[in-house]
Amino acid sequence: MAANPESSPTQLELPGTMEAAERLCGELLQEAVRKGFGEEDLFAIHLALEEAFVNAIQHGNQGDPSKKVHIQYSITPSRFEISIADEGPGFQPDSLPDPRKPENLYKCSGRGVLLIRSFMDQVQYNSKGNQVRMVKFKSKPSPEKGSNHSPQNVL
Amino acid sequence: MDQKSPNMTIDYVGGDVIVATLVDEKILEESQIQALESSFLPLIEENNPIKLVVDFSQVRFLTSSVLGLLIRLSKKIYESEGILRLCGIQPKIYEIFKITRLDKVFDIYPTRQEALEGLV
Repeated sequence: MAANPESSPTQLELPGTMEAAERLCGELLQEAVRKGFGEEDLFAIHLALEEAFVNAIQHGNQGDPSKKVHIQYSITPSRFEISIADEGPGFQPDSLPDPRKPENLYKCSGRGVLLIRSFMDQVQYNSKGNQVRMVKFKSKPSPEKGSNHSPQNVL
Repeated sequence: MDQKSPNMTIDYVGGDVIVATLVDEKILEESQIQALESSFLPLIEENNPIKLVVDFSQVRFLTSSVLGLLIRLSKKIYESEGILRLCGIQPKIYEIFKITRLDKVFDIYPTRQEALEGLV
């Protein structure tokens, strides 16, 4: 992947397939490793990316591979930021049923947005609901976990 | 008797307890979920009511699709009054169970040995 100047986000257009998303996901995580993000941050970023790509490709684009996924990202030594937009009709994330409520606990889906919001530091949807912007700030290294730092384990 | 399927190792313990150890470090692709479901469903149907322990100790990453799979399996198991226990869940993955409150739905044990207590 070409070097990304920190001042200008990189823009990409992906085919609407999970294969394309997985390739980009791997490249983004490698870049985050190079920028010094630690194991816990990488786990959070990885999880949020996977959930957001599933939402965009399977729910937003409804699995139509001819529809694109539009990406804008910036990875610096202090923050990981990405916007993921699909070509679907959008949805209202605040109207989703809370999967933690007792009546929803046994539902088989509907937890992706909750996990994205829990693991990332900033999460915003556009008004149409077909684009999510997510930010993860690099955590300060903790002394007791520093010796076990091995980002390769999460890639 | 031990058996292997592509995504898990099956151990029969004490005659009627089945321990399924998930062998993939990362479980995130739809094909993996489908393969796991295809492995679990015959086990549940052929050992009814099943006593099943799912060992996550080799898993380092999973997505919410796996939670959906576990819920589908648990419904089948609980319908026939079987037992499902999970064990060996890494701390970061356990956080996913806590955030979604599925730590209250599933019986989760730190180790395989503790999960087997009272079953064998």
